[in-house]
Amino acid sequence: MIEGIFVDGLVFSLMVIGILISYRILDFADLTCDGSVATGAAVATMAIVAGFPIFVALLLAFCSGVLAGMITAAIHNKLKIPGLLAGILTMTMLYSINLRILGNKANVPLLRVETLYSKLPQALSFLPSEWASLVGTLLVVLFVKVLIDIFFRTDLGVSMGAMGGNEQMVISQGINPDILKLMGIGLSNGLIALSGGLLAQYQGFADANLGQGMVVQGLAAIMIGEFLFSSNRISLLTLRAILGAIIYKALMFFGRKYGYLVNITPNDFKLLTGILVIASLFIAQTRSAASSAGAKKKAIARSLAKHTGKEEEHA
Amino acid sequence: MLDLQNITKVFYPGTVNEKMALDNINLHVNKGDVICVVGSNGSGKSTLFNLISGTYPVTNGKIVFDGNDVTASPEYKRAMTIGRIFQDPTKGTAANMSIEDNMITAETKGMKGLRISLNNEKRELFKGMLESIGLQDRLKDNVGLLSGGQRQALTLLMTVMSRPKMLLLDEHTAALDPRNAQIVMDLTERFIKEYALTALMVTHNMQFAINFGNRLIMMDEGTIILDVAGEEKSNLTVEELVRLFRNLRNKTFDNDEGLLTKT
Repeated sequence: MIEGIFVDGLVFSLMVIGILISYRILDFADLTCDGSVATGAAVATMAIVAGFPIFVALLLAFCSGVLAGMITAAIHNKLKIPGLLAGILTMTMLYSINLRILGNKANVPLLRVETLYSKLPQALSFLPSEWASLVGTLLVVLFVKVLIDIFFRTDLGVSMGAMGGNEQMVISQGINPDILKLMGIGLSNGLIALSGGLLAQYQGFADANLGQGMVVQGLAAIMIGEFLFSSNRISLLTLRAILGAIIYKALMFFGRKYGYLVNITPNDFKLLTGILVIASLFIAQTRSAASSAGAKKKAIARSLAKHTGKEEEHA
Repeated sequence: MLDLQNITKVFYPGTVNEKMALDNINLHVNKGDVICVVGSNGSGKSTLFNLISGTYPVTNGKIVFDGNDVTASPEYKRAMTIGRIFQDPTKGTAANMSIEDNMITAETKGMKGLRISLNNEKRELFKGMLESIGLQDRLKDNVGLLSGGQRQALTLLMTVMSRPKMLLLDEHTAALDPRNAQIVMDLTERFIKEYALTALMVTHNMQFAINFGNRLIMMDEGTIILDVAGEEKSNLTVEELVRLFRNLRNKTFDNDEGLLTKT
C-alpha cells in the first residue's frame, strides 16, 4: 500500500518536474501538459503493443512530448500570442491526435504484454513485487532528476533560467529567446510525456482522457513542495518537486481511502485539488506579506531607536 | 562605425494615433565617439536607441553598423556587438539568479552550449571584476537582493565584459540616487576609456552633457537640431545651449525646465 503511493508519486513526479520547468524556470504558463501526458501514454502503449522494447517505447513517448511542446512554443513565437493560448490550442489538437494514435479507441489496455511493471519484479526477484516496482521507478526518476540538474547547470540551462527571470536580458546577451523557448517547452513536455508513458504501464492502459486536469495537479504538487523548504538551487528545486508529487499522491490516496467518512468521493478530487492550489497561493501570499510587514516593523523600530538616540544626545 | 541614413519612424500609421517619432534622421557615428544626446521628453531619443538596437523596425531608412546593413537584423543579433543599458535597473540582470550565474550568461554573447563554464577559475576571475563595484563577496547572492545602484553597476560590468563595439546608455543613472548615480557614472567613464568604447548616452543633465564625451546631439520633435563636437562643444555653456535651442526652434523650454536641468 505505502509502496503504491510512492510509485504513483514518483511516476507523477516526472510530470511535476516538467511543469516546474515551464511554470517556474521559464515562467511560461503552459497548458500543453493536459494533452502531452496522454500523448506520452498513448505512444508508449501503442509502441509496447506493437512489440517495441520498453526503453524504445519510453524514448518515443519522450520524443512525442518534445514535439508537442515545440509546437506550442512555435505557435507562441511565430504568432506572438500568449503562451497560455498557444498551450490550449496544442492541448485541444492533441486530444484528436491521441485518439488517432490509440487507433480511434478511447482506451487501449496493456494486456498480455511485457511492461516495465511486469518486468521489474522479474529483474529484482529478491524483492517483493511492489518494492521492485518502487526501486525501479525510483532509479528512473533519479536518473532523470540528475540529468535535469546537470542540464540546468550548463551554460544553455543557465540562460534558460535567465530568460524566465528577464527575457530582455537574454536578448541583450545575443541569444534568440524563441529558440530557448522551443527547447525549454520541448524538454518540459518531453518529461511530461515520459511520465505519461510510465503511468500507462503502471495502471495497465492508456486513456485519451488521461490528461484532464493534470496541470492543476502538477501545480498543486509544486506548491506543496514549496512549503517544505525554500531554495533556488536546481537540485533542490527538482527534489522539492519530487517530494511534493509524492505528498500530493499520498493526500489523494488517503482522500480515496477515508474520504467516504466525510462523504467525499473521487469525483470531488478535481475540486479539492483546485482548492488546494488556491489555499497554497493564499498561504504563500499571507506568508510573504507577514514577513514584509515584519521587516517593515523592524525598520520602523530601528529608525525610531536611532531618532530617540539622537534626541537623547541633543538633550 | 554607425551610419543612420534617412531614418524615419512612424508609430501607429494610418490610425488617429499616428505619430512621427523620428523624421528623416541622418547620423554618422565615428569609431571612438562618445556622444551625449539631449532633448525633452518625446523628442525621439529613446526611439532612436530602440531603432539602433533593433527593438522596433524602422519605417524607412537604412542602418549600417560596422560596414554591414543591419536594418532588418533582429535585436538579439545586433546585441552581439551593441551593448545597451536601460534606465530601469531591473532590465539588465535576472533577479531570480545568483550574480555568478548572471555573469556566466553575459561572459560570452550568443547561443549557449551544453558546457558547464562556471568553475572556480571563473569565480576567481569574476571576483576580481566585482571588486570595482564592491560586490566581490556576493557571488552566490541572488541579484534580486541588490540595490538599484548595485544592479545597474553589475549590468554595466556585464555589458562591458563581453566587449561590445558600441555602448548605448539610455539615462542609465536616472533611476538612482545621486551617490549611486555618481558611482555608476564614474564606472561608465572608466570603462569607456579602458576599452576605448564608442558610446551614445541619453541624459537630461545639460551641464553633464557638455562636460562628458566629445560630441553633443540635441533632438527635438524627431529631428536632430544640433550636432556639435570637439572644441565647439567644450566651449558651450548651458545658457548658450538654451539660447541655441530657442533660436533653432523658435520656442522656449517652457515646462521642460524640470527635464533639462542645469546642474
